[in-house]
Amino acid sequence: MKPETNPDALLRAERLLVHRGGVTVLDIPALDVFEGQVLVLIGPNGAGKSTLLLTLAGLLKPSRGRLLFRGEEIDAAGSGYRRRIAMVFQEPLLFDATVFENVAAGLKIRGRGRAEIGRTVPEYLERFGIGHLARRSARKLSGGEAQRTSLARAFVTKPEIIFLDEPFSSLDPPTREGLTGDLERILRETQTTAIASTHDQTEALRLADRIAVMNGGRIAQIGPVAEVMNRPVDGFVASFVGVETVLPGRVTRVSDGVFTAAVEGGEIEAVGRVRTGEGVLCCIRPEHVTLSTNIPPPGSSARNVFSGRILKIVAIGLFHRIHVDCGFNLVAYVTRQSLESLSLEEGGDVIASFKATAVHVIHRGGPLPAPPC
Amino acid sequence: MDLIVEGIKKAFSLIFTLDAEVLGITLLSLTVSGLATLISMFLGISVGTAVALSRFPGRRIVVSLINTGMGLPPVVVGLFVTIFLWRSGPLGFLEILYTPTAIILAQTVIAAPIVTGITLAAIQHLPANLRLQILALGATRVQTVWLLAKEARLPLLAAVMAGFGGVISEVGASIMVGGNIKGYSRVLTTATVMETGRGNFDIAIALSVILMLLVFLVNAVLTQIQQRERPR
Repeated sequence: MKPETNPDALLRAERLLVHRGGVTVLDIPALDVFEGQVLVLIGPNGAGKSTLLLTLAGLLKPSRGRLLFRGEEIDAAGSGYRRRIAMVFQEPLLFDATVFENVAAGLKIRGRGRAEIGRTVPEYLERFGIGHLARRSARKLSGGEAQRTSLARAFVTKPEIIFLDEPFSSLDPPTREGLTGDLERILRETQTTAIASTHDQTEALRLADRIAVMNGGRIAQIGPVAEVMNRPVDGFVASFVGVETVLPGRVTRVSDGVFTAAVEGGEIEAVGRVRTGEGVLCCIRPEHVTLSTNIPPPGSSARNVFSGRILKIVAIGLFHRIHVDCGFNLVAYVTRQSLESLSLEEGGDVIASFKATAVHVIHRGGPLPAPPC
Repeated sequence: MDLIVEGIKKAFSLIFTLDAEVLGITLLSLTVSGLATLISMFLGISVGTAVALSRFPGRRIVVSLINTGMGLPPVVVGLFVTIFLWRSGPLGFLEILYTPTAIILAQTVIAAPIVTGITLAAIQHLPANLRLQILALGATRVQTVWLLAKEARLPLLAAVMAGFGGVISEVGASIMVGGNIKGYSRVLTTATVMETGRGNFDIAIALSVILMLLVFLVNAVLTQIQQRERPR
């Protein structure tokens, strides 16, 4: 069967297989990367993100399959394709030279003249906010400065596609935040096509036009950000994209598009095309859950209201993650202000609510039932 | 003690009077060991880099052999090079036994594994993804090896220094394959051995002082290159 790929793709992978030590570490039947778009790969360690990036960048020869760049098959042995791309790794991997010389490295390798280097490099040093460091040794840079240098070195060659392998994962949160913002701006300004891998969901959301969730060397789901985040295809994707509550259940009643599913410790109302008796996964994103101390929450259209007890409160940056025992474990996000005004504390009682439309339903086994005629 | 002082005096007298025989021996030592080091540098850096960057069955055995080669006793090298270059030996047709060329060959066999071994360790010590990063910058294979060698320049120059130190100071191989022929294949170490055997300690000490000065000067130049000012 021919893999489904789009002829307009800038980079296309067909039937990519990478074996290592007799084990298949990458199995991608088809993947298209479109010009001007940013594709972000997310997934746990060992999911195959780096292997996929290296293979797409022509730095790792696949055991099988082929890569097409602008419709032409890539010759991984030559430097032709590699001179049209750029890659940034988790470590900055700078040369023992000045920042200027590092940024100029790709241009020198391509045999560009001094005049062009002298004109282009300062422009990119300024773009990445490291103009004042031009003469400094790369060995004496902070982690953030070094990664800015690495990014400038990649962008200065004006690549047609840039690969970013968890470029900010070793940086502290404030530095990462600043660099992500700069990268986002420069990607938009230059309209550079990019494929990035990350563990950080916030980073993925800021950068991505499309997201691919990887697991076990395969792409579990790929699509526009909103689609992947709001309509995960299975429990793994759901848990990985931040749907912190995934409840297996069975449909007990269906009425006018709204159904009730029995989950362990309770019942949930949701919207979807299901049949009575069908197995489903009910996915609830924590930002869709409202916590209050009144029953029922005044003026609320939430059809799912549960009283529960707070099990755990975890501070995560600007907000808090609250684990509530409602018969089942439900996770909600609240701001510090809400935490204080509602006097939420571990062991305390609380009312949790969410709308039926906030529940993303995954059918367990078998295709979706046919829509009603 | 007087013997040593006399020897040192004699050394400076031989140096400053530009004694023709001593000058010839010194120049031959420098030429022979310099060429052997140069050949070893090209061989050692190429092979060391290739082994460091490649993965193939039996690689560990190759690495072990290289490391073993770093400690090759010069007399053993001298013995085997002599056998190979002997009239009836596999390379006898070259007719280079008891010539400076034979010394260069033997010294290359001694120095090449030293340079290879240190190069191998130096390249392996670089960050694992650096080679991929260089390739991703669009480098050809030759550019990649050059840039990696540039990154490892400090240990690579140390390798060259170790190689030169190993061959300029060895005597066993040089005497066996060179024959210590006066005015033709006599180098500083073989001359020192001969003068010591004759009881001419003052000349032997003089030759040793010249040898040490030579080693110091060559290493001083290489150190200067190695420690050249780096960006701040």
